[in-house]
Amino acid sequence: MSVNHIEMRNIYKSFGAVTALHDVSLELQAGKVLGLVGDNAAGKSTLMKILAGAIPPSRGEILIDGKPATYSSPIGARESGIEMIYQDFALVPELTVAQNIFLGREITRSFGGIRVLDRKKMNERARKLFSSLGLRVPSVTLSVQALSGGQQQAVAIARATGFDARLVIMDEPTANLGAPAIEKVRDTITGLKEAGVSVIIISHRLEDIFAIGDYMMVMKQGRVVGRRDVHDTDNAEIVEMIVTGQDPRRAGKAVA
Amino acid sequence: MRPEISGRISNEKRYPVTDTSLARSGTASRTQRQVIVALVRYGMFIALAIWLIAMSLSSEYFLTLTNFLNVLRQAAPLIIIGTGMTFVMATAGIDLSVGATVALISVLAASWLSFGLPVLVVLPLVLLVGILIGALTGYIVTLGVPAFVVTLAGLTSIRGVAFVYSDGYATPINDPVMIWIGRGDLFGINAPFLIAMVVAVIGWFVLNRTRFGLHTLATGGREEAARVMGLGIDRIKIMVYALTGGLAALGGIVISARLSNGSPNAGVMLELEVIAATVLGGTSLFGGRATIAGTVVGALLINFVRNGLNLMGVNPYWVQVVTGIILVVAVLMNTVLNRRVESWARATTEEDEE
Ligand SMILES: Nc1ncnc2c1ncn2[C@@H]1O[C@H](COP(=O)(O)OP(=O)(O)OP(=O)(O)O)[C@@H](O)[C@H]1O
Ligand SMILES: [Mg+2]
Repeated sequence: MSVNHIEMRNIYKSFGAVTALHDVSLELQAGKVLGLVGDNAAGKSTLMKILAGAIPPSRGEILIDGKPATYSSPIGARESGIEMIYQDFALVPELTVAQNIFLGREITRSFGGIRVLDRKKMNERARKLFSSLGLRVPSVTLSVQALSGGQQQAVAIARATGFDARLVIMDEPTANLGAPAIEKVRDTITGLKEAGVSVIIISHRLEDIFAIGDYMMVMKQGRVVGRRDVHDTDNAEIVEMIVTGQDPRRAGKAVA
Repeated sequence: MRPEISGRISNEKRYPVTDTSLARSGTASRTQRQVIVALVRYGMFIALAIWLIAMSLSSEYFLTLTNFLNVLRQAAPLIIIGTGMTFVMATAGIDLSVGATVALISVLAASWLSFGLPVLVVLPLVLLVGILIGALTGYIVTLGVPAFVVTLAGLTSIRGVAFVYSDGYATPINDPVMIWIGRGDLFGINAPFLIAMVVAVIGWFVLNRTRFGLHTLATGGREEAARVMGLGIDRIKIMVYALTGGLAALGGIVISARLSNGSPNAGVMLELEVIAATVLGGTSLFGGRATIAGTVVGALLINFVRNGLNLMGVNPYWVQVVTGIILVVAVLMNTVLNRRVESWARATTEEDEE
């Protein structure tokens, strides 16, 4: 059996008095799509921010391709091929589309020995990125605050998928989107999967995960309730797990 | 068929005026809107031009080369320090301590020169003092104390140190290099304005062409986004305050050189003028949007207004009142009007797309 692409072991995280995660573990093979579901405040975003290097865990270990990950910042995670689309997109409204896409990994050129931003190249690359993804924005030199919510989401998706990511994490990618846009996000995820990229989706819309996911992991109050293959479960069972916080297949074994 | 993500996420939380103004924009024609957008965006440039024309008509002396060069010299410290303030405001910060730093540098430079220290030692030394003061300010800001509070404390305590150090007395400066910095010229342009232009051009370059400038804007635009994209926010903040401290020191050198003395009373209320010039120029008080060219124009406008009123014989206290009014109008344009107008501009762009 091949090693897991991503493995999180016994991740524990507390914010002062609040414990957001109690020893949560997660495994994912390359090219698979995992749906992470659970009620509000279950700890889904926190777990994924830890994986993306945006917040440090209090305890626990992350393995990539079986080797311990050493990064402690989002830059490090991105260098390991992990990209995240944040619940609020994490875009800077005043910056242009291209500036947002390259934020933190700008292309520079030498200008008399000084490193200066190569804006032409970045704009060009951003334009190409959008057309290769089939996403549309009015102009890559327009500031992000001038875009609609859906267009902003397209920018966040382009940023996360345009740099040879090996794992793309999407926090609520379909929240607030209309039906055609949801279809487009699903296509994007399918495309990533075909390219061998692993995907983790946090979503309250179970139908999205049933449509495109391989596995599901249910969380409640900072703990894992259970894991399922999407072909081996149904909507009712998952909803029951989300609501009760109990795995029905373990009933009798677990003492609540 | 063009695939498109066309969903909408409400922007109402972030831009409360967007919807009403978009609705209202239906009543104004597109050309009208474009004119209004341009008026507010370039309002300060237009205001400066109108003021220059009006003053040239009302005073013969106003439009002379001597008077112009004089105003440029007076505006120099504002431009120098304003360049730093533009960076600080780009991070959504503020620095109220620059006037006090000017005073401290003024007394230190005069005193060290009077001890017989060579000017080429004194100048780098006082610049370093300014940078260190700024870096300390920036460090405290990164601990989570609001910049307003940290630098207000700096405003009183740094000037206090200047008074304690000098015992309240001014010290004359007669070093030839300092005299040149204050009164010399090159190719007919006075040294203070030349220094100011060099600072502004470098500042413009750094803000608009380098990663540091971009990351400064990103930090002020949305700090959390900048953080999760891995930008070194604390380092950026310390650096912009250090830069401003260093430029306040440079401004202090120019002011003392011009007055030929080092005084603990130098730069009183200068912080307000610097902030006024920066905001007048169009740099956002809330971070993320900053313009060095605007700051230069803002500094010139303030000084040309003062100069014109002086030439007309207006009581200098009224000049202070007018400066205050200009500041309020500028902030109004900066916040309320600009936001409304940007949403008009956005509506116009969207129509262009169709
Ligand atoms: N920065 C923080 N400081 C303090 N507490 C936090 C912080 N971030 C998250 N929490 C807490 O951790 C818990 C888990 O939050 P998290 O955002 O991970 O939930 P979630 O599963 O993503 O919920 P939702 O579905 O509402 O997005 C919550 O109780 C939340 O209040
Ligand atoms: Mg969440």
